[in-house]
Amino acid sequence: MDDPVTTSDPSHAKAEQGSRIFEASRSFGITPEQYMLPAQQQIQMLDPEGALVPSDEQGTGPGHEYPIPEAEVLLKAYAALVAGRRINDQNYALVRQGRLAVYPSSHGQEACQVGAALCLEPGDWMFPTYRDTVSVISRGVDPLDVMVSFRGDWHCGYDPKEHRVGSMSTPLTTQLLHAVGVAHAAKLRGEDTVVLAMCGDGATSEGDFHEALNFAAVFEVPVVFFVQNNGYAISVPLSSQSVAPSLAHKAIGYGMAGEQVDGNDMVAVLATLRRAVHLARENSMPLLVEAVTYRMQAHTNADDETRYRDREEVEQWKRKDPLVRMQRYLTSEGILNDDAAAEITEAAEKVASSLRQAMTADPAENPLEIFDHVYAEPTAQLLAQRAQLDDELQRTATSEGTQR
Amino acid sequence: MSTATATSTATFASALNTAMSDAMEADESVVVFGEDVGTLGGVFRITDGLTKRFGTNRCFDTPLAESGIAGTAVGMAINGMRPVIEMQFDAFAYPALEQVFSHIAKMANRTRGRVRLPMVIRIPYGGGVGGVEHHCDSSEAYYAHTAGLKVFTPATVADAYLMLREAIDTEDPVVFFEPKKLYWSKADDDLSTLREAYESGTESSRLVGAQGQAVVVREGTDVSIISYGPSVSTAVKAAEAAAEDGISAEVLDMRSVVPFDEVALVRTVEKTGRAVVVAEAQGFVSVASEITARIQERCFHSLASPVLRVTGFDIPYPAPKLEEHHLPDVNRILDALDELQWED
Ligand SMILES: Cc1ncc(C[n+]2csc(CCOP(=O)(O)OP(=O)(O)O)c2C)c(N)n1
Ligand SMILES: [Mg+2]
Repeated sequence: MDDPVTTSDPSHAKAEQGSRIFEASRSFGITPEQYMLPAQQQIQMLDPEGALVPSDEQGTGPGHEYPIPEAEVLLKAYAALVAGRRINDQNYALVRQGRLAVYPSSHGQEACQVGAALCLEPGDWMFPTYRDTVSVISRGVDPLDVMVSFRGDWHCGYDPKEHRVGSMSTPLTTQLLHAVGVAHAAKLRGEDTVVLAMCGDGATSEGDFHEALNFAAVFEVPVVFFVQNNGYAISVPLSSQSVAPSLAHKAIGYGMAGEQVDGNDMVAVLATLRRAVHLARENSMPLLVEAVTYRMQAHTNADDETRYRDREEVEQWKRKDPLVRMQRYLTSEGILNDDAAAEITEAAEKVASSLRQAMTADPAENPLEIFDHVYAEPTAQLLAQRAQLDDELQRTATSEGTQR
Repeated sequence: MSTATATSTATFASALNTAMSDAMEADESVVVFGEDVGTLGGVFRITDGLTKRFGTNRCFDTPLAESGIAGTAVGMAINGMRPVIEMQFDAFAYPALEQVFSHIAKMANRTRGRVRLPMVIRIPYGGGVGGVEHHCDSSEAYYAHTAGLKVFTPATVADAYLMLREAIDTEDPVVFFEPKKLYWSKADDDLSTLREAYESGTESSRLVGAQGQAVVVREGTDVSIISYGPSVSTAVKAAEAAAEDGISAEVLDMRSVVPFDEVALVRTVEKTGRAVVVAEAQGFVSVASEITARIQERCFHSLASPVLRVTGFDIPYPAPKLEEHHLPDVNRILDALDELQWED
């Protein structure tokens, strides 16, 4: 006990021989610390002009190498990017027309949105936030079902179990714990399900963020935490949330690896997330990926962005637009030609027009349904209240009928 | 647990413990987790032996974080498990309230019944054990007020066993309040008989069901004393004392706050025409208030006097040496009975 440095009790330490972090770092020939620390700079594969960054300048290092996805996957990602942008802008317009109650747009963040969906296998799970509409649609959920909540018809319009997508909701970072629980249950049954747990930069200050990372690391479950750092939590800049060197660094304190990627670089986001998902599945352990991006539109329609950021800042980020970069890259590589581009635009247009049509049609919700799902079987009190509302509705209908 | 013989004595704690191990035996998806529930068997030893018997995959310690416990239980339930989680003490469940209120209570409704969360949150609650601050709260009203949760609280050893089994098998999330002062109470209940009754699906072994089943634990004709959880035994003692004064008091144990058995409540009050509601929690905006309001709405014309409440005072739970002044006791209930306009 006189020399605390040399007598540290090995049973109290975790990153010891045999631990997942130790094994993973050894497989890359680096120390656990080197493995957990993010690469020296943001991982970037496409420069702002859409040209491929030379591999020794991509920011990767030993243990942090990310293979570029196959052309077929990149083309699929591009199609999803175009559709995603179209969905964002269509919904933004629908809000202004009063057709949607609210829509948190991910315009500018589409590379993150698409990457989150395409890095997963069908049997995996995704736990999105309120801003991740494009991720949820890219994963295959019917856009009209996703929009049910933003139109104000019901809280969640899709079946989370059918698509393996958690219900989008607003209490920040609470869904990260659900993600860890889903992964834990899968692990207990011996299934190799990976779960992607999503949140924003501001949300990393919430307690559940901390608890989720810690539980995931302690129980060694395959969860990839994916933080979209878009610079702001409504009006509050990241500098007021955290003074950590990066959000990716937060992983280290939990004994987990963190990585920071250019979130407007579709190739890098996909490469980084795919690698993280692969490592999580292989080693049954969590990882944290921070994508640095920017929200080009206001937080929601209720927000006045001029109060906290200037136009110039927004203009600067326009030059890093993920769509433009990806389109230039794929064209120069010969992966995208005019025909394919036209097809992709047409498909995106179709989604937008189906959204327009559906959101302008009058909804046909049943008011009595508000009592139906509270419990598996309604209580006597709920049945009485249901009957009361039913009676009120019928009387309203009758009096409207006699007035005519 | 060896199979008990016909005349064994069970405690409230052993009934809960046996209920969990029987449920784990019956259903592989039942998992138990929380703080110190593994090797130690919980600070009250309610999970004693579960890890040893079922392994660390079925009963395990978590990091010290209540929101983490509740939030990961949500994920487990989404993914096919039936988690039974332990909150170490009533007041230490508060860090989990966001998960409880915003997700556990709302998930089924949010998803139109597509995602139900069959999980149990066990909470040792109430006072009378000399506990220090934050170890004696009666927090049932917070949960009962939240639509989507069920709230059970057993008052006897047999009820502890049967109601916990039922809670674990319920498709809705159940907040299961365990009166700490009853943990060491004993009864001549044979747990293996209860197990057989429950597992063979005997109707009388289901004590809550979809609508609740309050039970008359003592018959009477002059007044109804309505109670639940830790206060039921106090109510019975008060009824016995009242009998010596010539008052015949009926005692109703609500068993569950949600679902709320209004039928039994109305039946007893219509029979006796007078009612006193007894609960440990502060009376202001409480479960006792709700019971009182329901009686007023449903039984007004049967009432011979105003409905009275005997509850804890509207104060933060007092220090151990002062708790006796706070908790409803026999004398305070008898005083309330005296006030029920007996002149006619
Ligand atoms: C627990 C909680 N507190 C506050 C809010 C209100 N709120 C909604 S979004 C938001 C900002 C979140 O910022 P960030 O995590 O960076 O995500 P972004 O909106 O930028 O995608 C706030 C404060 C909330 N939804 N949940
Ligand atoms: Mg943000």
